Amino acid sequence: MNRIELTRNSLVKRALVNRYPQFALFVAMLFGYIFAIMAGLLSTPVGNSNFSIVFVWVAWWAILILVAVPLFGRGWCAVCPIPLPGEWLQRGATLNPPQRKPRWANRRWPKFLSNIWLQNIFFLLLALFSSVVLTLPKLTSVILAAMLFAAMGLGMVFERRSFCRYLCPVGGFIGIYSQTAPIELRVKDRHVCAACTGKPCYNGSASGYGCPWGVFPPGLSKNTECGLCLECLRTCPYDNIAVNLRPFSADLQKPSARMDEAFKAFIMLGSAMIYAAVLLGPWGEVKNAAYQIGTGTWFFYAAAFLAIIFVVLPLPLALCALRFKNLETFKKRFSTLSTALIPLGLAFWVAFSLSFVLSNGSYVLASLNDPLGLGWDMIGAANIAWRPLLPSFLVPAQTLTLVGGLIWSGRTAQKAASEVDVSPVPPVLYCLAATLVMLWLLI
Amino acid sequence: MKRRELVSRILIAAAVAGAVGMPLYFWWSTPLVHARLAENGGFRPDVLRAEVGVPLHLRLTSDDVVHGFAVGKMDMQSVDVLPGKVADVTLTFDTPGTYTFYCTRWCGINHWRMRGTIEVSGLESGVGTDTTPAADDVKAPSYVTLGLDIDSPHESPVIPGLRPSAKSGERRAAHLPGSKFLTPDFYRTHSPYQAWRELRNTPSLSNLDDQEIWNLVAFIWRSNTTPVDIAAGGKLFAQNCAACHGGKGAGNGIFAEELAAAGQASMKTMAGAKDMRRQTPANFADAKRMLGASPALLQGKILRGGMGTGMPSWGPVFTQDQSWDLVAFPYSFPFLYQE
Repeated sequence: MNRIELTRNSLVKRALVNRYPQFALFVAMLFGYIFAIMAGLLSTPVGNSNFSIVFVWVAWWAILILVAVPLFGRGWCAVCPIPLPGEWLQRGATLNPPQRKPRWANRRWPKFLSNIWLQNIFFLLLALFSSVVLTLPKLTSVILAAMLFAAMGLGMVFERRSFCRYLCPVGGFIGIYSQTAPIELRVKDRHVCAACTGKPCYNGSASGYGCPWGVFPPGLSKNTECGLCLECLRTCPYDNIAVNLRPFSADLQKPSARMDEAFKAFIMLGSAMIYAAVLLGPWGEVKNAAYQIGTGTWFFYAAAFLAIIFVVLPLPLALCALRFKNLETFKKRFSTLSTALIPLGLAFWVAFSLSFVLSNGSYVLASLNDPLGLGWDMIGAANIAWRPLLPSFLVPAQTLTLVGGLIWSGRTAQKAASEVDVSPVPPVLYCLAATLVMLWLLI
Repeated sequence: MKRRELVSRILIAAAVAGAVGMPLYFWWSTPLVHARLAENGGFRPDVLRAEVGVPLHLRLTSDDVVHGFAVGKMDMQSVDVLPGKVADVTLTFDTPGTYTFYCTRWCGINHWRMRGTIEVSGLESGVGTDTTPAADDVKAPSYVTLGLDIDSPHESPVIPGLRPSAKSGERRAAHLPGSKFLTPDFYRTHSPYQAWRELRNTPSLSNLDDQEIWNLVAFIWRSNTTPVDIAAGGKLFAQNCAACHGGKGAGNGIFAEELAAAGQASMKTMAGAKDMRRQTPANFADAKRMLGASPALLQGKILRGGMGTGMPSWGPVFTQDQSWDLVAFPYSFPFLYQE
C-alpha cells in the first residue's frame, strides 16, 4: 500500500524532532486547560455563556471529532495538556532527559488492566451523566481538574503515561478511530530495530525519553496505542522512524481481535445514536429522563442506555459470529466483525457533532468575547445574538457523511467477514440498518 | 540545571500562575450582583449600600433564567438581566433610606420573593422627586389609620343584576345628597357595597331601583379616578400582578395552578381545605369579592401582602400614587366605566 514518508522532508523532520515548537504548544495548551477549569469555577453558571463549557464541549469537541481524529488520529494526544504536569514530575525535566532521574514508584501497570475496559467504563460514566456534564460549568471544571490530578497521581505510581493509555475516557475512542486516519508513525525497517542495542526508543537515551505510551515501535501495526509524542523520532539512533501519510482506514485491513476494542466500537456507535435522540430529538420525556439524575426515570434511561450498547447493538453481530466451536473463535469472529463499526461510528459522531457544533458554534465568539462572564467586550461581539451556523449546509453534510460512512463500513465489513470466514451480507445489512436509524434521528 | 530547562520551568510556572491568577484577579475585582430564582438564593448580594448623591454602579447578571431589576419607588426603567450576560445600571439617590430592589420578570412561582435592599446613607440632597421613600414612609397607610382587618372575609351580600354603568349613574348624579359621596375619603374608606347600602337607605333616592343605585356607585368610583390612572394601574397590574391573578383579574394567571398546588401541599398537614383555598390568587372578576372591598382594604392587601398566602408585600415597591392607581384598576372589572 502506498505511503508518503513525511519525515523524509528535512524541514518537517527538524520541526518534529525539535522540542521547542512542541513545548510552546504544550505551554499554551496547559494555560488554556487551566484557564478553562478556572472559568468553569468562577464564571457564569449559565452553560452556553461559560468559557469552560463552550470551549471544551463545543470548540474542542468540534476540533477533535471533525478534524483531529479523522485527519490526524491521535494528533490530539500529541498536544493534550492533561498528562504534562504528571509527566514532567515523573521525568524530573520539562525538555531533554535529566542526568539524574527522580525516584518515583515507577511500577508497571497491572497486567489484568492492560486493556481499554477502564476507558470504556469511564467513557460510559461520562456519557450517562453527560446531560449535566455538558451544561454545568463547575462539574466540567471538576472533571477537567480530576483528570489532570489523576494523570499526575498515576505518574507518581506507575511508569510512563498509564492514565492516557488505560484510563482517559477520551483516549480510548481516539485510539480506535485513529486507525482510520491517514497518518501513522512506524519504523522503516524492522531488521534495523532487531539489531539495535539498548532499544532507546523504548528505554530512552540522552536524546529523548523511552516511549511514554509503553509501545515498542517495531511492534506497531496500528495507530491505537501510539500517542504521536514523537519521542522515538528523537531517540532512534538509526533514523529508522517515519511519520507517513497513508490511505484512510489502513489499519482496518488487519482487523482487531480484542473484545475491549470491539465493545468500544459499540459504545461509541450506541452513544452517538442515543445522544442524537436525547440532545437533538423532539422527545421531551427522554430529555427529562436524561437530565433528572438520580430519579427513577433516570435509572430507567441509564438501564436503556446500557442495554442498547451491551445487548441490542452487539446481539445481531454476535449472532453472525455464533458457530459454537469454541469461545475463542466466537470472540475473534465477533471482534473482527465489529471492526466495521469503526468507520460507521466515526461517521455517526461526525454527523451528530455537525448538528451540535453548528447550532452552538455562535457561542464560541461570545465566550471568547467575555471568557470570565464579567461583561467584557474584548472583540466587539457583545451584541451578536445566537444563530445556527451554516444551516443550509447541515443536512447535506450530514447525509453525505452518513452515506459515506455506510459505504466505508460496508467495505470494512466485507473484508472483516472474509477474514473470519462468515458471509458479509449480515454485517453490511447491520451497518445499513444502523445508518437508516441515524439518518432518521438526525434528518 | 541547564539554563534552557530553567527557562522552560519559569515559562510553565508563569503559564500556570497566569491561568489561575488572572481569572481570580478579575473575578475578585469585578463584583457582580447575581440574580437567581428565589429558591436558589434570589439576588446575591441582597443588601447593597450607597450614599446620597454618589452614583451607585451595579453590574447585574443572571445565573439561570431571564430576570429583571428595578428599584421600588424610584422613577426608573426596569432593566432586563439576561442569563450569562452582564447589565450595567447606575443609580443616584437623593434621599437616604432603605430602598427595595426587585425582579421585574416573571421568572418562576417565587418570582416575587426576589428582592433585596439598598441602604442609602447621607444627608438629603434636596433635589429628590416626590416619589422618594422618605415622603411615603412618614404616612401610615389607610388600612392602618382606619383599623381595617384586611384578612377577614369581605364579600358583598348584595350584587347587582347587571354590570353597574358609570354613565347611567352620571345621569342620576344630581340625585346624590350632598358632595361627600364624591370625595376621595368616601371612596377610599367604603366598599361599593357599603356605598350602595348608604345610598339605598337615603330617603331622597327611594325612587331609584337597586340597579340605578349601583349605577350611582359606579359613577362615584369613576369620579375618583381618571382613565390615565386606570391605564397606569392596568400597566402595573400587567407587570406585577397578572402572573398570578391573570390578565383579566380572574385569578387564573400562569402561576395560579402552581400556587394552588404548592399551597395544597404545604397546607395538607395544617389547617385543612379552607386554608388551602387561600393560596389561590384572588379573582377580581368575582363581583361579590370586589364590591365588598373598599379601596383602603385593597391598598392594604397590596402594601402589606397576604399573610400566609402567596400574595407578596408591595409596600416597599409602589408609591402611594401607584398603589391607588393599582387599586382603581380592578374596579373596572365589576363596573362599566366606558360604554
